[in-house]
Amino acid sequence: MRTEFLLNGETVIVDTPEDATLLWTLRERLNLTGTKYGCGISSCGACTIHLDGSAVRSCSTPVSVAAGREITTIEGLSSDNNHPLQKAFQQEQVPQCGYCQSGQIMQAAAMLKSNPSPSDDEIVNQMNGVLCRCGTYTRILKAIKKASQEGLG
Amino acid sequence: MEEVKKGISRRNFLFTAGGVTIGISGYYLFSGISGSKSNVDWNEIESRQIDAWVKITSDDRVIIYTPAAEMGQGSMTSVPVILAEEMDADWDKVTVLSSPVDAEVYGVGWYPGGRKNMTTAGSRTVRSYYQPMREAGAKIRRTLLQNAANIWKVNVDELVTEPGKVVHGASGRKMSYGKIADFKDFQNLTNSSDLQLKEPKDFRLIGKIIPRSDIPKKTDGSAIYGIDIQLPGMKYGFINRSPVNGARPELTNEEEVKNIDGVEELVNLDHGIGVVTTSIESGLEAKKKMRINWTSSKASSHNSGMDLEKYTSTEASEIDKVGDPVTALGKSQTVLESEFSNSYVYHAQMEPLNAVVALSEDKSSAELWIGSQAPDAAQNAVADTLELDPKAIKVNQLYLGGGFGRRTLPGYAAECASLAKAVNSPVKLIWTREDDVGYGAFRPQVRHFLKSGLDRSGKIVSWSHTAVGPGDGLSAGGAEIDYYKIPNRQFHRKNVDHGIRTKHWRGVGHGPNKFAVEAFIDQIARSQGKDPFIFRLEMMENDRARRVLERAAEIANWNPVPIGDQGMGIALADRDSFSCGIAQISLNRQTGVIRVLKYWCVVDAGVVVQPDNAVAQVEGAVMMGISSSLKERIEFKNGVVEQSNFHDYPILRMSEAPKSIEVEFVDSDHPPEGIGEAGIPSVGPAIASAFASITGKHLRDMPFTPERVLEVLKS
Repeated sequence: MRTEFLLNGETVIVDTPEDATLLWTLRERLNLTGTKYGCGISSCGACTIHLDGSAVRSCSTPVSVAAGREITTIEGLSSDNNHPLQKAFQQEQVPQCGYCQSGQIMQAAAMLKSNPSPSDDEIVNQMNGVLCRCGTYTRILKAIKKASQEGLG
Repeated sequence: MEEVKKGISRRNFLFTAGGVTIGISGYYLFSGISGSKSNVDWNEIESRQIDAWVKITSDDRVIIYTPAAEMGQGSMTSVPVILAEEMDADWDKVTVLSSPVDAEVYGVGWYPGGRKNMTTAGSRTVRSYYQPMREAGAKIRRTLLQNAANIWKVNVDELVTEPGKVVHGASGRKMSYGKIADFKDFQNLTNSSDLQLKEPKDFRLIGKIIPRSDIPKKTDGSAIYGIDIQLPGMKYGFINRSPVNGARPELTNEEEVKNIDGVEELVNLDHGIGVVTTSIESGLEAKKKMRINWTSSKASSHNSGMDLEKYTSTEASEIDKVGDPVTALGKSQTVLESEFSNSYVYHAQMEPLNAVVALSEDKSSAELWIGSQAPDAAQNAVADTLELDPKAIKVNQLYLGGGFGRRTLPGYAAECASLAKAVNSPVKLIWTREDDVGYGAFRPQVRHFLKSGLDRSGKIVSWSHTAVGPGDGLSAGGAEIDYYKIPNRQFHRKNVDHGIRTKHWRGVGHGPNKFAVEAFIDQIARSQGKDPFIFRLEMMENDRARRVLERAAEIANWNPVPIGDQGMGIALADRDSFSCGIAQISLNRQTGVIRVLKYWCVVDAGVVVQPDNAVAQVEGAVMMGISSSLKERIEFKNGVVEQSNFHDYPILRMSEAPKSIEVEFVDSDHPPEGIGEAGIPSVGPAIASAFASITGKHLRDMPFTPERVLEVLKS
C-alpha cells in the first residue's frame, strides 16, 4: 500500500502493509526514531505526534489515515531544538530517562497551539494521557507554564 | 590482524537515526554535549590520551569517559563532574562519552576490594566512583602541572591551575591544558602516588547546579536508545515467551507461521519460540499466530493472593538479632501484633526491553547495541550464546529508557544473540509491552509478621519482624532499625519458592520492609496516644536520622491533627541515605480514593555532587513510591501474570501526582551516599500514617487500592 503525506514539511511516499501503523512506519521505514513505542494501545502517549496539528497516538493510527494530510514529529517541531517548550523543558531540567519526553512535548505543543494560556487544570487534563515513569510530572507542569508565559502566550 | 579485518568494521556500517545518515562508530552514539548535532566522532578525534578516563585535544576540548549507564539518574553528568573538579577542567569544554565495556579498567566492586563490575544499580554510582574519580582527576591535574613546569623550566610548586589552564603566578604566564597536552615531550605521570585532593571549600563544580549533558538530546528526539538502532539489512526479532515461568514450548503450526509474508526464520528457545522477520508487522503477526503447547512447570501452581494468605511465620531463618527479644517480650507490659503485606510490582520502565546484535561475516565476533544496567554481564551473555570470547563482543551502551533494576539482567541480550545467530543479518529484538509485563521479573510479594512488647512507660522493649515470600535476599534488606533505641530486636526471613521470576526493583527490600516497619511504629505510637513524629524522636538513637526527621517536620509544618478528610503522615527510611518523608493526603470516603496532595522529603546523602539532579531523583522516587503504594499490583493465576499493559497495570498519571514535592538535602561533609532510591521507601508508610491520622484505622496491605481502602473504612 502506497501512502503519500506531508512529513515535517516534506512530501513522502511510503510503501507499507495495509495494517501498518504510523508509529512503526515513522520509526522503521522513515527513520524518525524520536517518536517512541511504549504500549501499542494508546495508553502511554510516548508515540504522540501531530496529525494536521492535533495530537494523536501514532501507535494506533493506521498509515492510511495520514494520506494527503500533514504529520509533524518531534524532529520537525522546531529547526534547532528551540521551540519554547523544548527550551523550557531544558531550563527546568525536565527529562530523566527521556523516553516519554517526545510524547510529552508533542502533546503540550498541540495544546499550546490551540490554547496558548492554559490553566493548571487544563494542562493536567491535556497531559494526563502521557505517562512518565521517572515521575517528572511537577517539572513538566512547570515547563509548560513557563513556555506558555514566555513563548506563546 | 586478518581476523579484525574480517570482523565488523565500524566505519563500514552506515545507520540512520533521526532521519540523518551517519557513519556508525560505536560510542559515537553517545558523544557530544549540549545537544550538539555535529557529526564529530569524538572517539576518533585527534587528541592526547592521558589515561583511560581522559583525552585532551590541542584546542582544549576535554573528553571524559563515563562508566555508568545513563537511565535518567544523571550519572553521565555527575560522575564526569567529579573528575573534572579535581582535574580543574573547564566544564564548558568537556565532552562526555560512554566508556568502553571493560570492568577491569572502568568497573568498581560492590565493596572495597570486591570484584570489579560495571553494574549501575543500588544507588551506588556516585558513592562508589567519588573517590576513584577524584583521584583520577587529581592525577591528571598533577600531570598537567608537571608538564607545564617542564616546558617553562620552573618548579612545579610555583604553579597553580584555574579551569582549563596552568598558571605561573610569579610571571603571570598561563598555558591551556590543550597546549600542554599537545607538547611533544608530554609525559604521562598519572601513575604518581603524589595526590593532592581539593578541599571541599575550593570546589568549583561539585555542589553547583550544572545542567545535565544528556537533556538537550532528550527534547528533540535525537537521544539514541537501543530500540532506535537501524543497521543496513537489519531484521526484526520477536519472541513468544512462556506464559508460565519455566514452561517449555512446542510449536504446533510451524508451516503456517513460516508462510507468513516476511517471516525468515523460526528459532526454538528453552523459554519460547523466536521469529526473525523483515518487518515489525510480520513479526507481530507471526508471534500472534503461533500455536504453542507449553509444558507445565513448578510455577504453574502459583496463585499470588491465595499463596500469600497461606504464608506463616514459622521456621523462618534468623537474619539479625540484638539482645533477647523473646525474654523481653515475656516481661513487657503490652504486646502488640500486626501483619502487613505488599504485592508484586513491575518495573514499567517506559522503554520495553530490546537489543540489536550483528555478527561478523565469519561469525568470529559480534557487536551488541543495548541500554543495559550491566553491559559487562550483557557482553558475557552474548559471548556465551555465540560461544565466543567476551573480548570478541563489542558492546555499544546507549541511553536507557528507564531501568529501575530491570535492565541488570542480561537475558534480552542473549535472546537477541540467539536470533541473530540463526540468520545472516543483524537483528533488532523488540519486546512488546505485553512481553515486558508478562515476562517481567517482579519485586516479590511479602507477608510481614510483626510483634512488639512495650514497657510500662510505653517504650518499645521487644521487636520481632518476620518477612515471608519469594525472591530470597530481595526482601532481606531494609528491616534493620538500629537508629531506634530498641534494646531487643530480631528480623527473620522465610523464602517461599514459587518458581517465578523476581528482581531488584528501585529500593529493593526497603520498599516492602520499611512499609511494614514504619507503619507498625506508627500504629504503636497511636496506640499509646502519641504523635508519631514525637514518638520516633523520643526513641531516636542516630544523629543523622534525627536531623532529617526534625527538618522534615519543620519544613512540612508537621501537624498530627487532621483537618476534615485531609491529614499528614510521616515515615523514616534508610535506603543508603537517611531520609524522612511527610505526606499530606486527602481521602474520599465514598470512592476510597487516596490522593497525595503534597510531599516533603529531607535527605542526608553526604556531599551532594549535583544538587538539582539530586532533587529530581527524589521527586521521581516519590512519584514512583506513590504509584506503587496506591495503584500497582501484579497478580499470578496458575503461574500466569494476569496484567498485560498499562490499562490493567496502571501507573501514576499527572492528574494523580502531588501538586508539590519539596525536597531538601541537609548540609553534610560525609562522602556521598546513594540518592536514586532514597525517596521511595518512606512513601507507603507515610501515606498509611496520614490515613491513620484521618481515620484512626490502619492500611496494612500495599497497594492501597480504593477497594482495599473502602474495606478498611468499613472494618
